[in-house]
Amino acid sequence: MSLAPYLLRRLGGLLLVLLVTSFIVFGLLYLAPGSPLAFILGPRGGTPEQIAAVTEQYHLDDPFLLRYVAWLGDLLRGDLGYSIVYRQDVSALISSRVGTTLALVSMAAIIIALVGIAAGTFAALRGGWGDQLTSTLAAVGLSTPSFVVGVALISVFAVGLGWFPTFGSGTGGVDTLYHLVLPAVALSVASAAYLARITRAAVLEEGGREHVQTATARGLAPGHIVRHHVLRNSLIPIVTVLGLTIATLIAGAVVVENVFALDGLGSLLVRAILQRDFAVVQAVILVLVVAFVVVNAIVDVLYTFIDPRITLGSRQ
Amino acid sequence: MTTPSTMSLAVARVRDRRRATGFARRTADRLGVVGCIAATILLVIALAAAFAPLVAPYDPDYPDLLASLSGPSPAHLLGTDALGRDILSRLIWGSRITLAGPGLVIVIATVVGTLLALLAAWRGGRTDTAVAWVLDILFAVPGIVFALIAVAIWGPSLATVVGGLAIAYVPYVARVVRGASLRERRMPYVSAAWLQGQSGTGITFTQILPNVQPIVVAQAVSSLGFAVIELAAVSFLGLGVQPPTADLGLMVKSGFDSVLRGHPAEAIAAGTLIVLIVWCVTVIGDRLTSSARSMR
Amino acid sequence: MTEPLLRLDDVRATLRLRGGEQTLLDGVSLTIGEGESLGLVGESGSGKSLTTRAITRMLDPAFRVTGEIAFDGASVLSMNPAALRRYRSRDVGMIFQDPRAHVNPVHRVGDFLTESLVRDRGVDRREAERRAVVLLDEVGVRNPEQRLRQYPHELSGGLLQRVMIASVLLAEPRLILADEPTTALDVTAQSDVMAILEEQRRARGLALLFITHDLELAAACCDRLAVMYAGQIVEQGEHVYEAPSHPYTIELLGARPSIDERVDRLPVLRYDRATHELLKAEAS
Repeated sequence: MSLAPYLLRRLGGLLLVLLVTSFIVFGLLYLAPGSPLAFILGPRGGTPEQIAAVTEQYHLDDPFLLRYVAWLGDLLRGDLGYSIVYRQDVSALISSRVGTTLALVSMAAIIIALVGIAAGTFAALRGGWGDQLTSTLAAVGLSTPSFVVGVALISVFAVGLGWFPTFGSGTGGVDTLYHLVLPAVALSVASAAYLARITRAAVLEEGGREHVQTATARGLAPGHIVRHHVLRNSLIPIVTVLGLTIATLIAGAVVVENVFALDGLGSLLVRAILQRDFAVVQAVILVLVVAFVVVNAIVDVLYTFIDPRITLGSRQ
Repeated sequence: MTTPSTMSLAVARVRDRRRATGFARRTADRLGVVGCIAATILLVIALAAAFAPLVAPYDPDYPDLLASLSGPSPAHLLGTDALGRDILSRLIWGSRITLAGPGLVIVIATVVGTLLALLAAWRGGRTDTAVAWVLDILFAVPGIVFALIAVAIWGPSLATVVGGLAIAYVPYVARVVRGASLRERRMPYVSAAWLQGQSGTGITFTQILPNVQPIVVAQAVSSLGFAVIELAAVSFLGLGVQPPTADLGLMVKSGFDSVLRGHPAEAIAAGTLIVLIVWCVTVIGDRLTSSARSMR
Repeated sequence: MTEPLLRLDDVRATLRLRGGEQTLLDGVSLTIGEGESLGLVGESGSGKSLTTRAITRMLDPAFRVTGEIAFDGASVLSMNPAALRRYRSRDVGMIFQDPRAHVNPVHRVGDFLTESLVRDRGVDRREAERRAVVLLDEVGVRNPEQRLRQYPHELSGGLLQRVMIASVLLAEPRLILADEPTTALDVTAQSDVMAILEEQRRARGLALLFITHDLELAAACCDRLAVMYAGQIVEQGEHVYEAPSHPYTIELLGARPSIDERVDRLPVLRYDRATHELLKAEAS
C-alpha cells in the first residue's frame, strides 16, 4: 500500500470521528435542562433582539438535523457564534487566546520529551541507586496533580525567591516565554514522570534484545550501540506515549492556565462555564477535542515512519 | 475426553487460588512490601475519613476568626486557615470527598465498562464493532473535558463532576477488560463449557468474569489515582465541590490565596495529602496490574 | 608445536545463583588452527552456545569464567575494553541462529552490513556499500543493490542469514563462530546457507567453529568434531564420526534414523546424567 491512499484513508477516519464529536458537542445544548433558548440566555433572560439573535445563531426555527447541518456550515466558515458575556465573536475571542495555550503546551512538550527521555534512559543504563532514585521521583511526580505543582512552584520560585512572575502571560516575545516557564513545568511534571517510566522500560527491553548482542559481537562502541540500536528502537513506544501525552496536555492546560492566570483557552473555558456563556463553552470544547483527535491521528501516522515493520497501516 | 478436564483445570485455576490461601495472605502476596505499606497508609486515611466526627479534633467548619492563619501549635497541630478553621480537621473531613467521589466514579465506570466489555466480547460481530466504535469516540474526548462539559450543562456540583468523570473512565476500563475477555473467550475451557450446554450469559459470568477479575480490579485501582487527581483539579477550578464543604482540591485553592500572603500551611498540607493518597493508590494499582499480568 | 589460532584450556563458567552455584561449562579444552574447522556437537543445554559466548566474552556478568581462552596467543579474558572491541570487530565473526531476531529490524540491510566498516574502520560509506554489494553477490543474493535499501522484515529467513554471513565476511575475520546458523531456517534454505558458508570459508581460508546438534552435518563440513555433554567435551578428534569411542557419541550416532532401513521405533538415548557421572568417576 502506498502513501497517498493510506493517508487518505486515515484522513477519512479522522473526519468521521470529528463529525461524530462535533455532533455530540452540538447536541450538548439539548441535554441541558429547559429549552435551549432559555439555557443560552440563562437567568439573565433576554431582550427581543437577543432572543432573535440566538434563534438565528442556533437555527432554532429549523428541524433538529437541519440545525446541526447549518451549525456545521457556520463552523466551517469560521463562525463560532457570538458571546453573550463578552459581546464579541467567539472566533475572535479564541484566536486571541490560542497562542498562549499553544506556547504553553509546546513548551511543556519540549520539557517532557527532554526530561522524560533523559531520566528514563539514565535510570535504565545506570541501574543501581540511579535507577532507584529516578523511579522513586517518577512515582511521586506521577502522583502530583499539576495544580499542586503549580501552587508549590509559585510559593517557592515566585513568592519565596522572586525569580519568576506569579501571574499572567507577559507582554509577548521573550517576556511571555519567561512567564510561561513555571506553568510549563507544572504542566509537564506528571507526564515527564510517565514518559521516564516508559522510556526506562523500553530501553531495558531493547537492551536485552538479540540484535543488540549482534552489535556487541561486532565490536561496536557501547555509545554507538546505545544510540543507534537501543534508543533508536525504543523510540517506537516512546514516541507513541509522547504523542498521546501531548494530546492530554491540551486538556491539562485548562487547569494550569487557571493556576497562573494565563489568558489562554483553558481560563477562557472555565470563566465561560462559570458565567454560563454557552457559545464560548461549546466552541472551546470543540477546539480542545479537535486538537486532541488531530494530534492523536498525527502520532498514529508518525508511528509508521518510525517502525518500518508497520508498512502503512498493515501491521505484521 | 479432553474438553471437560481442560475446563475443570481452568475452573480449578481460579478456585484453587481462592481456597489455598486466605484473602489477606493472597492480597499481601500480590501487593509486595511497598504495596502493603501503601495499602496500610491508605487504610489509615480512609478510616480517619470514615470516622471523621470521632477523629477530627475540631468542627471543620467552625471559624475562629481571632486565630486565623495561625501556624502549627499544640491547639491546632497543622495551624488554621484564613477563616481560622482547623486545618487538620478539614483535612480529615476533606479526605471523605476526595476518596468517596473518585471511588464512586470508578465504581460506576467499572460496572458499566465491564458489562459493556463482556457483552462485546461474548456477542462479538456487530455488537463488538459497535462497542469498540463507541469506546473510540469516548476516547476522542480527554477525561477532564467530560467533567467540564457536565458542569457546563448542569452547573457546578460534586454530583455533576462525578457523573462526567464516570463516563470518561468507562472506555479505559472497557478497553482493557474487552481485550482480556476476548483472550479468555478463545480458551479451550470456554468452548468446553459451551459444549456442556452452559448458556452464554452463564459462561460469561461464571467462567470469563472470574478469570478477568484480577485485570478488572487492577485497572479500576489504577484509574482511581487519575480520578482523584481530576476530581481535585475540578474542585480547585471552583467547578466541583462548593465551599464551605471541606475538600482537598478546594483547600489547595483557598490555601493558594494564603500562600500569596506568605502562609503556605494549608496548601502544603492539602497538596501533600493528595499526593500521598494518589501515590498509595498508584502503587497498589501498579502491583495489582503486574500480578494480574503474571497470572496469565 | 606452534600456537593454534584459538585455544581454550580448562574453561569453566559458573553461574552464581541465590541458592548456590551451577557450573555450566565444566573444563572445556579445545583448539582451532588457522583455516581449520571444528564442529561442536551436542544436545541442547550441553553448553555449546555458552562456549561461543565465552570465546567472545559475551556471557552474562553473572557468570564467573575461569581457565584460559587465547586467540593468536592473546588472552581474551584479560583484554581491556578497547582490545576486546578490536578483537570482536576484526578477529572473530559471529553468525547467530535466528537472523530475524539478530538483525536490528529498524535499520536498512545496507546500514547493517556497512555499520561496522564505516564506524570502526573509517571506510567511506560508498566504498563500504560497494564491498557489501560484491559480497552479497558472492553469497548468492540476487539484486544486491536493491537489497541494501530494504528492511530486514522484507527478506526471507534464508536470505537474511546470507546477509548475516556477508556481514561477517565483510569484517574479514580470521575465525567464524557459527551458532546453529541453519536451525531457524526451513530445510531447503538450510543446505544452501550451509554450502555458501562452507564455500566462502574455504575460499578465504578462515577458521570455523561450527555449533550444531546435527552430527552428520558437522561431520560433512568440518575437519574435526568435538562432542559435548553436560558442559564437558566428552570426545574430540578426526575419528569421532567414523570411529566413536565414547559411549555417548556411540549412542548419538546410533540414534540417527537411517534412510536405508525402515524402523518401527526411533531409538531413545539411554545415556543420561547419572551414566555420565558414573563414567566420570570411573575415569578418574
